[in-house]
Formats: sequence, C-alpha cells, structure tokens
Amino acid sequence: MGLTRDTTTARAPRAGRLRPSAGRQHHAGPLTYVLLGLAALVSLFPLYWNLVAASHTGERVVKAPAPLLPGPRLFDNLSFAWNQVDMGEALVNTTVVAGLVALSTVLFSTLAGFAFAKLAFRGKGALLALVVATMTIPPQLSVIPLYQIITDLGWVDQLQSVVLPSLVAAFGVFFMRQYLIEALPVELVEAARMDGAHSMRIIWHVVFPVARPAMAVLGMLVFVQAWNDFFWPFIALTPDGNPTLQVALAGLGSGNHTVDQAVVLTGALISTLPLLLVFAVLGKHIVGGITAGAVKN
Amino acid sequence: MATSVRATSGGSPPPAVQPSTPGTDSREQRPSGRGGLRSTLYRLDLKAVPYVFLAPFFLTFAAFGLFPLIYTGWLSLHRVELGGSAQWKGLENYTSLAGSAFFWNALANTFTIGVISTVPQLLMALGLAHLLNYKLRGRGFFRVAVLAPYATSIAAATLVFAQLFNTDYGLINTVLGWAGFEPVAWESSKWPAQIAISVIVTWRWTGYNALIYLAAMQAVPQDLYEAAALDGASRRRQFLSVTIPSIRPTILFTLIVSTIGATQLFGEPMLFGGSVGISGGSGNQFQTLSLLMYEKGWVTGALGQASAIAWVMLLLLLLIGGFQALVSHSNHRRGSGSGRVRAGRMRTKAGS
Repeated sequence: MGLTRDTTTARAPRAGRLRPSAGRQHHAGPLTYVLLGLAALVSLFPLYWNLVAASHTGERVVKAPAPLLPGPRLFDNLSFAWNQVDMGEALVNTTVVAGLVALSTVLFSTLAGFAFAKLAFRGKGALLALVVATMTIPPQLSVIPLYQIITDLGWVDQLQSVVLPSLVAAFGVFFMRQYLIEALPVELVEAARMDGAHSMRIIWHVVFPVARPAMAVLGMLVFVQAWNDFFWPFIALTPDGNPTLQVALAGLGSGNHTVDQAVVLTGALISTLPLLLVFAVLGKHIVGGITAGAVKN
Repeated sequence: MATSVRATSGGSPPPAVQPSTPGTDSREQRPSGRGGLRSTLYRLDLKAVPYVFLAPFFLTFAAFGLFPLIYTGWLSLHRVELGGSAQWKGLENYTSLAGSAFFWNALANTFTIGVISTVPQLLMALGLAHLLNYKLRGRGFFRVAVLAPYATSIAAATLVFAQLFNTDYGLINTVLGWAGFEPVAWESSKWPAQIAISVIVTWRWTGYNALIYLAAMQAVPQDLYEAAALDGASRRRQFLSVTIPSIRPTILFTLIVSTIGATQLFGEPMLFGGSVGISGGSGNQFQTLSLLMYEKGWVTGALGQASAIAWVMLLLLLLIGGFQALVSHSNHRRGSGSGRVRAGRMRTKAGS
C-alpha cells in the first residue's frame, strides 16, 4: 500500500463534529441560559405532566385546574394498564420488533454502506442515487398492496408483517457509507485482499471492527424509530389482537371517550419510559449520532 | 464525520484494527497459481461481492417499496374493494377526487398544517442551535433535554397534548385564562385545531433539527468569522452573513425532510381527534391527505380511490422536490457571485 492511493484520508476534515471547545465559541450570557432553560422546560414539561397524570385518578385528570404535582395512584394505574389493557404484551412485542429491525438494519446497512464506500463496481453512482431517492417515498404509497398481501397470507396481527418491510433502511445505508468513507482506510482493505482474504473475512476482521461505533449509534437510532413507528403498524396490527405499544395506545386513545384518561396516559408513560431511560444513559451518543448522520453535504 | 462518531463513543480509543489479523488468519487462503479454481473464485468474489452486499437493501426495496408503489398506481386506475376483484376505471378515481370537496379540503389542510408546523419549527431550531453553540455550562444536559421529545412517540406525545389542549380542563386554557383570555375550543374549531396539531409536531422535532444545525454550525471554518470580525461585522451580522449561508445545504436538507414528513402527517391529527380522528374532526377541519386515504381505504373500503390519493401524494412530493431543487440551484448560482467565492478563497488561503 503506497502513498498514492491515500485519497480517503486526505478528505477527512469534514462537517459533523461536535467538539467540546471550538476556538471561536463565545461564553454564554445570562439571557442565553434563560432562553435555553425555557427550551428545556418546554421540552421536558409534557413528559413530566405525563407522569403526573398517570399518578392520579381518571376523574382528577379531567378536572380543572389540571394537577401539577404527582398523586398517589401511579402503581394502581400501572397495574391496571398492565393487566386490563395488556400493555405488557405490547411492550414485549415492541421490544421484539424494534430489536429485530435494529439488528438487521445495522447488519445490512453496514454491508451496503461498505460496498458504496470502498468497493468499485458498475453502476455505483446510479445505485447510490437510487438509495437516496427511496428516502423520499412515503409509506402511504405501499400500504394498500402490502395490506392486501398480509391479508391473503393471514399475517394481520403477526409481527413479521411489521418487521419484514423494515429489515433495512436507506437512511442506514447512507449513514454507514458516510462513516466508512472516512473511518476505513482503503489500504486496510487492500492489504487484506493481497493476503488473499475473501470478502466475508474482510467484513468480519476489517470492516466490522472499524464500523463498530457507527453501528452502535445507528442501532440506537433505528431502535428508537422502530419503537415509535406508527402508520404501518397501525394498519397491520390491531389494538385488540397482537399490538405494539403504539398500536395499543392508538386503541386506547381513539376508541371511545369513556376510557379512563389516567389509564390512557399511563399507557403513554409505559411506551415512553424505556426510551427515556435509554436517553438518560446514552443521550450523548445519540446526540452525536444524529448530528453525524444528518450533516451529509 | 468520522471524528464525531468516535468522539461520542465514550472516550474509548478510535477503533483499532490490527492489520495483522486478516493477514495471519487468511494466509492459507492465498490464491495459488493463475487460472486455478481458487483464483477464479477469488475474481468472482471481487466482481460479485458488491452486488451481494447491496442485495438485501434492493430486494427489500423491490418487494416492499417499488412493487407496492407500482401496484398502487395500477389500483388507482381500478375500482377495487377489499377482497373483491378489480374493474378498470381509467382515470375515474382521479377525476372524482378533483370533484370532491373532501379531497380539496384535505389537500388544503395538509398544506396549512405543513406550513404552520414546519416554518416556525425550523426557525426556532436555528435559534436554538445558535444558543447551543455558545460555550455553556451543562451543555450535555441542554442537548439531551431538547432531544427528549424526539424519543417520545407520536402516539404518546399526541395523547398527552390532547389533554393539555382540552377545552374544558386543559392546562393550556387554564394558563391562557390567567392571562385574561377566553378558553379556546382547540379541537372543534379549525385554526386552533390545526395550530394545536402543529404544536405537537413542532414539539417533537425542533430539538432534533437544532442538533443537526448545531453540527453544521460547528463545522463552519473559524477563519470566516475572523475575517468577518476584522471587517467590523457585529455578531448578529456574522450570524446572518456567515453562519446562515455556510449551513444552507443543511437547512435545505431539513426543509426537505420536514416537507416529506408534513405531506404524510397521519398519527397526530388522528389521535388528537379522538373518536372522530380519522375524519379529522367532526367537520373534517383537520383531515389530512393521509387520513382521507385511510378513511377511503379502510373505512369506506374503496381501495382504488385510496390508491389515487396515495399517488397524488407522490406527485405532490415530486413537484415540491423539483421546486426545491430549482430554488436551491438558483440560490446557489446567485450566492456564488459574491460571498461564496470569497469564502472559498479564504479557505484555500488558510489551507496553504
């Protein structure tokens, strides 16, 4: 591996880094803190109020003025939602779906992203453009035929009907390509090839180790997306059948108004809490991933 | 970009690869002799492997994206009911849409909610990114806090906001009451309902877009600011004539993503409307195209008409995309006359 092929590393300085101390940054004044505090308050208050509402009785929640402090009913509501509305089953379903979708998206996106970033083949530019173009097609364009197909197959209320269409995502392919273009020196691949390594070996011993941090970030982003996915799951699954959390919530929220609002909001809390816990622990990484994946110009 | 992902991996050293690993492991795999079976396999591996790696994506797309898209187009030219056979109707589904007040209402609602939810959202995101770009105490906290709504699902966020926006007991009307306003009928009147739905969308996405802008802002070369400061530009002036032009591609990107999202808005209006959500309120005052499509397809059972609505959405997106491409193109040409070239020159100077 000579110095001649060093084109990838030369391109390295790029957008998307969140350095802790960029030189030009000015110190924030008090007004900045006030405004940011306000933004944080607006961002967090609805989540706090969700917890408050989930800890009162249904009658209290729908009485003015709305409660602002937590009440005593949180665990009663939780156990009611868990047992009567079967949020437990929905939680398991959602975890299975989001887990499978995240795993397969990360795996397939890494393979495709590696091909786009470091391999030479015919039609590369056109295929990459096609990948990007597919991101603009809304799911509305495919749900009617897909619904007919899963009806014919008897797959309504089967989890595979929401997992299969999401096995890999254009966003993930693009994300991994952007990362590998800079992170993986082409010499490493070439050296492995000269040693006679076949492609699977290169993937396993060269690409995966280099790609691991980006794979972790992509996995988290896709997991969040799949966890919160609404439109297609709402069509393919039913609230009373075998729902994910979002579908179960939609059933709670839209069915009838006689439903206890405290229980509805307890359901919302159950669907949000796991992700918020993940965010509290891994928030910094997710922030980094979003900024890294989005700035692509 | 490489640095940023690494920087977030919790201080662990950059992924180290031992070049020796593949070498030592695979020595026995070295192709022996030209023309041997090994060598043929090896060349086949080189040729075919890119396509093998792309296959999962393109097969999934073909099966769950492209084929349904074309089939939806075919359905839109037919009269189809769930489980029934299709009858050729030509463009009748489209002409009946053109004559339907419900369709024009849904189209207008999609457009107005789209504008009310996208424009303030992106402007606030720009401002927020600017604030987050200062040297801050508790920087990590602020970033994660503004991103928390992104972790909240459409369903959960909408159900919470539906309570906060409730006309009789909602907290928002209570607060407005303290300020001396009459209670607003958020759900049953048209503009308040559309504003409330836009608030939900804006709440979920502002922080996300702010972080995207922040990353772009931090990548703006330092010397541009220094040059502007030397020219006597105020901080405000620097923001307008250095920061904004430099991150224009990112702004365009978020604009495209938000437009796509706005065109397919479904969950927020549906759940905000409660039991009349699918019709977008009792007077269809916030029925979007997606809701109308769902109503046609799954409530009325007219799959042909629902398919026609889906294709109208696709045409709409193509139109908007073309328009945005045009605008960014002409902007780019205009921009390259003055500031751009100067910026480019300064960058080269700094690099040399």
